[in-house]
Amino acid sequence: MIVQETKPIETIKEMLKDVKKIFLVGCGDCATVCEAGGSDDLKRLQEALKAEGIEVTGMVIPDTSCHIPDVKSQLKKHAAELEAAEGIGVMSCGAGVQTVGTLYEEKPVYPINNALFLGNTERFGQHVEYCSACGECRIDKLGAICPITRCYKGILNGPCGGVSDGMCEIGNDTPCAWVLAYERLEKQGRLDNLKDASPPKRWSAHLKPMRHLNPTLKKKMEEKEAKRKAKEAKKGK
Amino acid sequence: MKKTVREAFEAGEFVITGECGPPKGTEIEEMLHHAEGMLGYVNGINVTDNQSSVMRIGSLPVCRLLKEMGHDPVFQITGRDRNRLAIQSDLLGAEILGINNVLCLTGDGVQAGDHKDAKPVFDLESVQILQTVEALNGGHDLAGNEMKGSTSLFPGAVVTPESKPIEPQLMKFEKKVKAGAKFFQTQAVYDAENFKDFMKFARRYDVKIMAGLVLLTSAGMANYMNKFVPGVMVPQNLIDRMKEAGKEKAIDTGIDIMCEFINETKDICDGVHIMAIGKEELVPEIVKRAGLA
Ligand code: SF4
Ligand code: SF4
Repeated sequence: MIVQETKPIETIKEMLKDVKKIFLVGCGDCATVCEAGGSDDLKRLQEALKAEGIEVTGMVIPDTSCHIPDVKSQLKKHAAELEAAEGIGVMSCGAGVQTVGTLYEEKPVYPINNALFLGNTERFGQHVEYCSACGECRIDKLGAICPITRCYKGILNGPCGGVSDGMCEIGNDTPCAWVLAYERLEKQGRLDNLKDASPPKRWSAHLKPMRHLNPTLKKKMEEKEAKRKAKEAKKGK
Repeated sequence: MKKTVREAFEAGEFVITGECGPPKGTEIEEMLHHAEGMLGYVNGINVTDNQSSVMRIGSLPVCRLLKEMGHDPVFQITGRDRNRLAIQSDLLGAEILGINNVLCLTGDGVQAGDHKDAKPVFDLESVQILQTVEALNGGHDLAGNEMKGSTSLFPGAVVTPESKPIEPQLMKFEKKVKAGAKFFQTQAVYDAENFKDFMKFARRYDVKIMAGLVLLTSAGMANYMNKFVPGVMVPQNLIDRMKEAGKEKAIDTGIDIMCEFINETKDICDGVHIMAIGKEELVPEIVKRAGLA
């Protein structure tokens, strides 16, 4: 899930200082779980904006705001309310904000939330960052503990000098990922995994911005392309 | 003239290094004055790399100035501010500037310093920087490309004998040895018995070990380090001694404590790295009182 939170109201006010009428978009997925894009959250924002003299012309909560075709069909049903608004406030992660930006190029779009991280849920309402989608998962040897994400420095060869009683120098009650990995591998009798130095990370595995096709779609597109080429070749003859 | 760090190690001598922290800003007179004072007392002098993530003059140009002064500088290089391209170019730069030694460090987090919003790099960490030095010394870069002219740098690293838990730290120490570290300077140590235990472990490897010693200047400083500096543990009896010494005798007692440590451990390790932070002018006196001059 993309863990996120709503910006402080002061920041939102400052961002919307030239807006009098706004349409709000939430997100039924991550943002709702984070209490930052569900119907209660949108209503709360509506109240707060009202107090600032900003009118909400309408609102919608797509199932998942990062799903561009889905959001497109949802927004269609609110054409008049959107038309009446000077801008669109989006209560979702930045992906959702950009979905709306892509679909409504003529209106300013305002990110109401801050996207924080790709999170695991420890218990309802409590999230931690375990993975940062680095493009090449190498934690098989590390007891399934990711130092790219769970170590502040993202280093790959063991704890730095900043570890103190098993805790990371960054504070925040964060355990040192390398101590965790060491202890887990010790439990599994696999400490030998740590004998050899790990080479530097291949950052080329994650060159922003990334694109991806599911295998089925990829196959379909390749087949289509092959057909097109075959047709062309035929024509050529 | 003192032997260089490498020559002294090779001759089996007890090696002494000092430390020099470049200032923030371009006024370098005081730093140069302190460094000058250490001439003839130390084999080498570390130059820190944006120490504690506080922005200062770069370590490399200062190394060169100290070299011109007659020192054998130890170029500290961290992975915090440079990616692998920059690390390699700086290492090549060190070579052409006549710098012999390089101390390979991961680096503190930027949250510790005075530019907390900086992007932390950490593309390479200490072990990988050591591997980089090994590659450049062997005539090729990290990507495997051949170079015109290689380096001949003498690589060192740091180890924290008081780290808790110690096992992951020792695992990393072994990796550093394998990655080519020839000498180690420890994080500040005060407990001679713990240090001896560490030396028993370290002696299994063919590397030189220097005890890292930070001069105590007050009981408050000792307490501060215990609380805030990871991997540093000043025993209570030393804190008590500093307290008893009071303001007047604090420095003197701090030097006594350091000299006692040196005397107790000099036969089992290969040298000392003396960090008299902010009191660098005392290094000659420390060396003399420790009987190392
Ligand atoms: S190595 Fe870490 S960041 Fe990369 S994919 Fe695996 S868990 Fe995620
Ligand atoms: S203390 Fe551990 S988790 Fe924190 S930066 Fe150092 S190695 Fe990484």
